[in-house]
Amino acid sequence: MSLLHRLYATRWQRIEKMTTNTHTPPGSILRWLGVIALPTVLTLAFLWAGGWLTPHRLTQASMLDALRKGSGMQSGFRRNHAKGICVAGWFEGNGNISSLSTATVLKKERIPVIGRFALAGGLPYQADAPGKVRSMALRLSPSDGQEWRMGINDIPVFPVGTPQEFHDLQLASRPDPATGKPDPTRMQAFRTSHPWLQPAMAQIGQRPVSSGFADDTYHSLDSFLLVAEDGTKTAIRWAMVPVQPAMPDAGHTNDHDYLFQQVIKDIHTHPLQWRLMVTLAGKDDAIDNPSKEWSQDDRQIDAGTLTLTGIGSEENGPCTGITFDPLVLPKGVMPSGDPILQARSAAYMRSFYLRSGEGPTTPAISPEMTALPATAKDKRS
Amino acid sequence: MRNIEAFPLSSRILHWGMAVMILAMLFIGVFIASTVGSGYHRLVALHRSLGIAILVLAVLRLGNRLRTPSPPLPADLPPVMKVGAHASHILLYTLMIVLPLVGWGMLSAGGYPIPIWGQSVLLPPILPHNPMLWAWLRSLHTVLAFLLFGLVLAHIAAALFHGLIRRDGVLRSML
Repeated sequence: MSLLHRLYATRWQRIEKMTTNTHTPPGSILRWLGVIALPTVLTLAFLWAGGWLTPHRLTQASMLDALRKGSGMQSGFRRNHAKGICVAGWFEGNGNISSLSTATVLKKERIPVIGRFALAGGLPYQADAPGKVRSMALRLSPSDGQEWRMGINDIPVFPVGTPQEFHDLQLASRPDPATGKPDPTRMQAFRTSHPWLQPAMAQIGQRPVSSGFADDTYHSLDSFLLVAEDGTKTAIRWAMVPVQPAMPDAGHTNDHDYLFQQVIKDIHTHPLQWRLMVTLAGKDDAIDNPSKEWSQDDRQIDAGTLTLTGIGSEENGPCTGITFDPLVLPKGVMPSGDPILQARSAAYMRSFYLRSGEGPTTPAISPEMTALPATAKDKRS
Repeated sequence: MRNIEAFPLSSRILHWGMAVMILAMLFIGVFIASTVGSGYHRLVALHRSLGIAILVLAVLRLGNRLRTPSPPLPADLPPVMKVGAHASHILLYTLMIVLPLVGWGMLSAGGYPIPIWGQSVLLPPILPHNPMLWAWLRSLHTVLAFLLFGLVLAHIAAALFHGLIRRDGVLRSML
């Protein structure tokens, strides 16, 4: 025991003896208040931190509730982009942006990829249709473990700029139980109260629609920061641009799964490829707002090629146990200040937690549908 | 009877250092499980790093506790309180070690990379990638965290009870 402490202890013993001698009754109200004050304050602070004292705070649960209002409870499925299919292949960087980022995935190296194509929305059995938003999700796994996950979409900009706007848009666009379609007056009210989102909504509405998953362009929408060896940061967005020529939509009105059936056929016929086109932010581009388009004059760099060669049902598929959290980033890539990224990461975590606990599902795209034509024939005979 | 010795300096430093860390950890944890706000990603990263630091310190502390004798409880302490004191301390040590391990295990089962201290160190998975296991451990992580928070509150209340009501030197032994 230190000398200082010994002195302290003796002094305390003396005080203790004094208090014992004066024989204070042990239970004065003030002393009891002193006992419970700190635990009470901590409990209140804990309840506040967990959002229980602020019912209007936007939480992971309220985001998922808003999504569920549109799709109903779909046990075991992803809370958004519920209808999907697993794909596999590799990514090969070309080193073109290695000077801007230390990420190993961007080096000249072949890296295994597990991915997923999906339709936006929480309905796992929805019918395919040309106007529905399609997504590509990827997990790039280099040998050093510095994974890069992304969930990218075939719209030019994100319809909203903040998590609150996303939440409110989900509520506004939820289907009316009577018609099964969004209530036009509710949508109109959202548009009127959010005039600054008009350009984004117009750009999404007027985007060219390609024939399927294979010839579609998928955009990061959110911005990220590349970090160079010397710490220099460069704000970027990126897109996966198809090497396959983009064909206009051919119209398939009554075909429930035509988009998925087409991509299954495509991958069974030949590998599908995309170029990773990285766009460097110009000086007037909005980095922290995914609903704002960037200038057409921005510098673009081809950073590598994605090749997809395998496809399979989500039933026991390799992509099912993966959440494509856009903030699972390698060293050398960082999130920007875009608030949507934070909300996506948080909501994906909760969706992954809930759906995993609910157990396996029977996805719309079954293993029979994704099997090689020859194997499918064997099964039938 | 009231000549309670103080804990050795090493124990007191570990106790107060970890008290701050564990309370911070509990508050960050309950916050990141509900927020979608701007601090989310950074706080999750901090939660991972702090959790591993607590795990390492808790193991060191357990060693320290087993090696250095603790001051005995006052002889006149009612037996029920003595049992409560011993049991709650065993539980506190258990949770300080188990809770970070469950966190590490759940991220392993969820197939997440587990970077700590920025992106500089990647922890290896300690469990196989298994989504059902991830969901189960994620729930367990919450339940155990609430249990630890409850225990911390009881621990604080008991310490103040010793200091303000019984005034038996037990609180002083850790100051």
